[in-house]
Amino acid sequence: MFAIAAEPIDPAALQRRLADARAGACVTFEGWVRNLNEGQTVGALEYEAFVPLAESEGTKILAEARAKFDLLGAICVHRTGLLQLGDMAVWVGVTAAHRGAAFDACRYVIDEAKARLPIWKKEHYAGGTTAWINCATRGGAADAAKPQF
Amino acid sequence: MIHVRIQYFAILREQRGQNEETLATAAATPTALYEELRARHGFTLPADRIRAAVNETFVAADAPLREGDRIVFIPPVAGG
Repeated sequence: MFAIAAEPIDPAALQRRLADARAGACVTFEGWVRNLNEGQTVGALEYEAFVPLAESEGTKILAEARAKFDLLGAICVHRTGLLQLGDMAVWVGVTAAHRGAAFDACRYVIDEAKARLPIWKKEHYAGGTTAWINCATRGGAADAAKPQF
Repeated sequence: MIHVRIQYFAILREQRGQNEETLATAAATPTALYEELRARHGFTLPADRIRAAVNETFVAADAPLREGDRIVFIPPVAGG
């Protein structure tokens, strides 16, 4: 199951959905909002998604993981909206009979999700500037941080 | 001319100043349409950094556009 969520992610509830008597391994990944990116102090993050395409592409990524690795279950949920430091931006959980497949599949899902999902991140910096990540068109990322007011 | 609906997200939404619009265009491909809009609205990202989705599916930059298409230009993504 892949989902875009506008509300906080509940990892315990998601993990319960993966319960499976055949599973010997459950690997989960949590992406958190951190306070520093490329030397700038981050105060908050805003995530925006093109939801229908993010959900279809996310579903495709999970199907690929199931095809590549010997999985029993796979879930990924990604947040949208304004997030504060320490908030969970993304959760991935996979189950398998053995740990090798579970570790590899979890890594695959988060790497592909970051590269492919139509989701955008706007960082809000100390001092009031903001920047859409990966969308700078000149100089360093700092040059793209335009005053909000 | 065909009529298409464009939805804007993230940096393009902010630079356009609105979420969506319907317009008539002679552009035959997503790249041609993006260049037309970039000239009109001053989008900072060049066309080679933008992907396109038509009717909620990723398409090639030179895919044909048709009457009634719903188009989304995808700036560089940054999930996770």
